[in-house]
Amino acid sequence: MGFPHKPHPRETLVLSSHFGDRDALSLDGWRKRGGYKALEQALAMDPVAIQQVVRDSGLRGRGGAGFPTGLKWSFMKLGDGKPHYLCCNADESEPGTFKDREIMRWTPHALIEGCAIAAHAIGAETAYIYIRGEFTEPLEVMEAACREAEQSGITGRNAMGTGRTVNVWVHKGAGAYICGEETALMNSLEGKRGNPRIKPPFPAVSGLFGMPTTINNVETLAAVPHILQRGAEWYGKMSHPDNPRSTGTKLWSVCGNISRPGNYEVEMGFPFGEFLQELCGGAPHGRRIKAVIPGGSSVPLITWAEAESATMDYEGMVAANTMLGSAGCIVIDDAQSIPKVVARLARFYAHESCAQCTQCREGTAWTTKILERMCDGNGTHEDFETLRSIADNMTGKTICVLSDSCAAPVLSALERFMPEFEALITRREIHAVPVVVS
Amino acid sequence: MTAPATTAASAAVRITVEGREISVAAGTTILEAARQAGVLIPHYCYHPGLPIAGVCRMCLVDVEKAPKLAPACATTVSEGQVVNVHNEKAREARKGVLEMLLINHPLDCPICDQSGECELQDYTWHEGRADSRYREAKRFNPVEDFGGDVLYVPNRCILCTRCVRFMDDVAQDSVLNVSERGDRAYIGTFEGRDLTHPWSGNVVDLCPVGALLSKDFLNKARAWELDRTASVCSGCSQGCNIMIETRDNQVMRLKPRSNESVNGWFMCDEGRLGYRWLNRRDRLEHPSILGARGHESVAWDVALAAAARVLRGKRAFVLASPFLSNEALHLLSRVVRKTGGTGTFRVATGPEAPLAGAADLSLRADRAPNGAGAALVGFSRRESPLEGLMAGDCLIVADHELAEGDAQLAAAASAVIVIGTNMPRGLSRADVVLPIGNYSEEEGTYTNLRGRVQRFLQARAAPGLARPSWFVLADLLQAIGEDAPFLSPRDVFAELAAGNTALTGLSWERLGLRGLPVIAEPAVVA
Repeated sequence: MGFPHKPHPRETLVLSSHFGDRDALSLDGWRKRGGYKALEQALAMDPVAIQQVVRDSGLRGRGGAGFPTGLKWSFMKLGDGKPHYLCCNADESEPGTFKDREIMRWTPHALIEGCAIAAHAIGAETAYIYIRGEFTEPLEVMEAACREAEQSGITGRNAMGTGRTVNVWVHKGAGAYICGEETALMNSLEGKRGNPRIKPPFPAVSGLFGMPTTINNVETLAAVPHILQRGAEWYGKMSHPDNPRSTGTKLWSVCGNISRPGNYEVEMGFPFGEFLQELCGGAPHGRRIKAVIPGGSSVPLITWAEAESATMDYEGMVAANTMLGSAGCIVIDDAQSIPKVVARLARFYAHESCAQCTQCREGTAWTTKILERMCDGNGTHEDFETLRSIADNMTGKTICVLSDSCAAPVLSALERFMPEFEALITRREIHAVPVVVS
Repeated sequence: MTAPATTAASAAVRITVEGREISVAAGTTILEAARQAGVLIPHYCYHPGLPIAGVCRMCLVDVEKAPKLAPACATTVSEGQVVNVHNEKAREARKGVLEMLLINHPLDCPICDQSGECELQDYTWHEGRADSRYREAKRFNPVEDFGGDVLYVPNRCILCTRCVRFMDDVAQDSVLNVSERGDRAYIGTFEGRDLTHPWSGNVVDLCPVGALLSKDFLNKARAWELDRTASVCSGCSQGCNIMIETRDNQVMRLKPRSNESVNGWFMCDEGRLGYRWLNRRDRLEHPSILGARGHESVAWDVALAAAARVLRGKRAFVLASPFLSNEALHLLSRVVRKTGGTGTFRVATGPEAPLAGAADLSLRADRAPNGAGAALVGFSRRESPLEGLMAGDCLIVADHELAEGDAQLAAAASAVIVIGTNMPRGLSRADVVLPIGNYSEEEGTYTNLRGRVQRFLQARAAPGLARPSWFVLADLLQAIGEDAPFLSPRDVFAELAAGNTALTGLSWERLGLRGLPVIAEPAVVA
């Protein structure tokens, strides 16, 4: 079990306050740290009141889309006589993102508590935690914690003695990126091939097993107990003074060419440049950061100049021509070839496309083939126009956004690092300085 | 059928498609609404008989005020919607889809059976690019035998999943699946299973490209060489509407013709592949009479006169085939009535094979198309149809094969007239032989087991001097002194309908090419 780094003083520890604390894993340990008080409080509350608190806090989905959580919950029609379901999306597969894994590894009960509260708030008696197949360690931890919670009567038919039913189940995926898409996840949970469904109908109307379903990210649900205990106002205050629309803390997974990779928890609106240089230590070996993919591989890649002045919240990232996404930050320094990075990303999407939509199935593979041919020194100038045109055909025309996600890094890299691509064609060389190992 | 459920609301919604205003029921998809307005929205994965998949992305249309292009097959209409099918934005999107569908496609149209009836070819011709920008190697997968009559050529596959959805939701035998992901995906069969299913041949029809092929039709004919004739399958009493496809007077294949009241869009493999007998070469081609040296070919009027002569003063015992048209059976029943005789028929049976996901559609146990029609005009169905044939009777065998025991019973007849396409076994002593066409060679109607009367048209010419059955029987009636002034099977049907209360009001014109039900279930006449 790898241990996390020592927190930086400028971090705000809410979700990550017990990362690395082995005693927090057990139910007793978690109770000693104030666990399950929020659930007790929630079970005594009216579901609509919980929804309102979450709404007031400004909590937004941490999976990538940033949809207001309280609003999402309010789409569930309470008392419609149908079984409701809560799905917790723990299929964290976005390249560069590894925050949910840490939440599950170190604070499994925080997630169970969040699931139980959310289930109550949307009128569901069953919550499924869908964990990706490769997460063998978090799976074991979560399963043990679920057993503990059920045996001690926290979850189950008489949750905390309130007479309410809250069942939390852990489901292991088979390791497909697309199963992190909410409707594909539901198909997979139902035992079908994990293909995204056409929307509408939206999950709140017809989701898992055709019933009203809410699906939330691990980090979103783990934040709920804190909001309930410490209040919406406390959570809402953690934001950039100029932008109250992004609130709370955010876990950032930082990887790539960075001196101190790992998970960092900072308040919304934290300056991105300082974050990368001061907290994460900048590029290693005295090199310089060339580009950053701030929100997991699906968001546009930006230059260091754009990243340096960006603020770390939903709106700040949009202003920097990219997106917050899942906050899986991939740092690329000047020893790397951008075309090679982009080709590798495209290969990932080509491998993971579910093969339903034509543009995605063929477009991701075609993009990969062109980029890899370029990297082999066999590119032509026509390829740029072809790549742009394929990307255009892949954007906004498919059932889910996987193909858009493949197009975004390609288009943004072509826009910002054209000289590197040009060099590949005119001089047939990979533009990068040699790697220096100190 | 299994058409996707639309909301039951009867409220009408007004939308504009390509400048044409149309009012459709709420819950209709844009694609269906456009079809009603007379606008074809190109599509691959959509099929009216299958659940909606929305995966080919070919039917993307520009809906005004919508941020993104909408898949017409999966988007329901809403009041005041303005849909543009052929504006720049929608056309560019389809052009992009077509280019992508072709990058891994072998473009082997010259050797592909689907060529000429291929939707990929058609739409690419309509609005695709003239060239490809694809410079890389194409994906390759080997041809696979899916079992049944189906061959899979994965390189041509566009993964529209129509075949998968047909097997899942209509045949309800989930044999096919999409295996693998990305551009490596192909249609797979489940381990240890293959497409041996009585209705599996439909996946070949459903396939919009040349990926699923009929082994029977493989490399046999080009689509544009075929002549297509509307007909009705004669394989069983279901009466599936079909197309008989011929080339050089030979039946090349049968294809289902959609009729929601009978067979939806489908037909079974037994019916589909049971066409070879139509092309038989060993046919009766000349009218003949029994002379000193066996059967001698004679002119039609000589043969008819001979038939009238052997029939004179005798009771006619007519063994009629349930493959004969209502018109022929009606005229035969007049012969029976005129002579105070008997009319019987036998129907061969086999195991029933229903299509699970379709209402009232099955390969029926009765393996003949017109048992109901024979019963309707007064013939009685019997297991041993020649029982009761008395000495002194004139046996008329109308296109009926004789079974083991029949020949002995037939021996009682004092005279035998054969009216048929082939010489029945054991009837070499027939006094008169009158050759007729089979159902692909003449026009007529069949009545299916639900009492639906359906027309079939002539697809090819009868061999030699053989004549349509109604023509021969009308002449025979004239020869025995009956009034039968018919110029066409339509006239025969008019007389049949006028004289049979179950058929009152039905006419050739009203039947059209989809047929109509008779008023009551056909009464079984003993």
